[in-house]
Amino acid sequence: MALPRSFKRALWVFHVATGSCNGCDIEIVAALTPRYDVERFGIMLTGTPRHADVLLITGPVTKPMLPRLKRIYEQTPDPKAVIVVGGCGSTSGVFYESYNVVGPIDEVIPVDVYVPGCPSRPEAIIDGVVKAVAKLETLEKSGVGG
Amino acid sequence: MNNDSINLKVGQCAATTYSVPVGPVHPALKEPIRFTFNLDGERIVGVDIKPGFAHRGIEYMGMRRNLIQALYLSERICGICSISHPLAFTQAVENAAGIEVPPRAQYIRTIIGELERVHSHLLWAGVGAHELGFDTLLHLTWNVREKSMDLLEELTGNRVDYAIPIFSGVRRDVPAEKAHLAYEALDYYKGLLQQMIDAFLHDKSVEMRTRNVGALSYDLAVDLCAVGPTARASGVKKDVRQDMPYLAYADMEVKAITPEDFGTEPHGDVYDNIIVRLLEVKQSIEIIEFCLENLPSGELMSIPKVPALLATLKKASGEGLGRHEAPRGEVIHYVRLEEGIEEPAVWKVKAPTYSNLMAWVPKFLGDEIADVPIIAASIDPCMCCMDRVHMVDTVGNETTRMKEELVRLSREKTRRICG
Repeated sequence: MALPRSFKRALWVFHVATGSCNGCDIEIVAALTPRYDVERFGIMLTGTPRHADVLLITGPVTKPMLPRLKRIYEQTPDPKAVIVVGGCGSTSGVFYESYNVVGPIDEVIPVDVYVPGCPSRPEAIIDGVVKAVAKLETLEKSGVGG
Repeated sequence: MNNDSINLKVGQCAATTYSVPVGPVHPALKEPIRFTFNLDGERIVGVDIKPGFAHRGIEYMGMRRNLIQALYLSERICGICSISHPLAFTQAVENAAGIEVPPRAQYIRTIIGELERVHSHLLWAGVGAHELGFDTLLHLTWNVREKSMDLLEELTGNRVDYAIPIFSGVRRDVPAEKAHLAYEALDYYKGLLQQMIDAFLHDKSVEMRTRNVGALSYDLAVDLCAVGPTARASGVKKDVRQDMPYLAYADMEVKAITPEDFGTEPHGDVYDNIIVRLLEVKQSIEIIEFCLENLPSGELMSIPKVPALLATLKKASGEGLGRHEAPRGEVIHYVRLEEGIEEPAVWKVKAPTYSNLMAWVPKFLGDEIADVPIIAASIDPCMCCMDRVHMVDTVGNETTRMKEELVRLSREKTRRICG
């Protein structure tokens, strides 16, 4: 894959599971480990949203996770991109008509990239992160968050 | 050393007990959960566990959908046990409706179920290594795991949610022309097993960080009804495949694996958990081999047409229980069907982690805060959900600790005890 000339920094990603089934979460880890190895592009998981450029969110939003998701979004510094991984985070998917599910992620916070699949394949997740790079570059050019 | 004087000192320092909440958001893996630890210095003297953050109300949703829709929902209870839940659910419904499953379908279910155990145990081993600060081993294990994912994809079309069991049989065959792929993968794992055992069990630093850490005694494992590798690591010979054989397990002799099979006394600690899970990978490979060699011929579904299947299920009434030995332990589904409705009238799921939750408490007590990540991971591959930790002392001063801080503490301890 040819990287754009402006690919100038390592993307740090914070992963939040807001009620997912682990399917996508494990595929995210699979993307980080040797077969797919996204760390060679400088993409790395970080342990705190305060160090993150990208939020990688899986699962529909459950009621107890709602305030936490909002808080994590607020803690992430600008410019940031939000990627939803998986069908249930994008549309609620199979988890409809439940008393404890608030809805898809974009009903709670703004979302930039939707990665389809139940669960998303590691290749699709990598593609989603590449799309987020483009969005971050546009934001930086327009001067958001310096 | 005079232990009495030390105990006295610990008692005098009781005012410095900290309460340390961990979670619910975890940066790397799995579902959110919250622990509240009470610490006396570095020692854990109390723990409170609050699950429920990932509760989606699956049973409630399932009782509002027809059984085939609910089957796809059951697959999404857990993305790692994505065959275990459908296996238990289909057995429950088949019991309730009195549907027979053809022998070939039973064998195919067993093959996919055991392949899931291989990938799940390797996944767990990698996560465990990561929590100890041994990332090389994480990457090695996860690289090896991809072989089982490839085989699963080849056989089922999917890496994770396989959609293989359906009421009355399976949706896809394991054709003869694909058997060589399975044998190739099995040979690959057979060749690797000794290497994995050397990397985990004969490694000094792994042993020092896991021996006598998170120990669960035999009696407590029995009293707390621990299941799966958590119970077997404590020496409890408990395995649904051995105790209540179902599917193809009835045709072979599956023995519950305990650390005794490795030639050591069971301690129930994290080291024993590694022993049990690695040996179970070997066991699963043998089971898959048996199933491939003895795969009966015949049909895949006893009611192959889906509308006919739905009609049969709508007419059925009764209760059914389905059990399966998932990678983490026994999973039970209970279903009650009523005539005239397509939905299950009652659907109850008991997942293995639910049984193992209480085993966490004795495992944590008495160990150090640096051992929290590995003990949390010990009962279940990824249920180690600590993102940030609030340290609140009794005077009310508050500091925030991130997961990295815990991982750093854990890694420092490895360095310290390895000298």
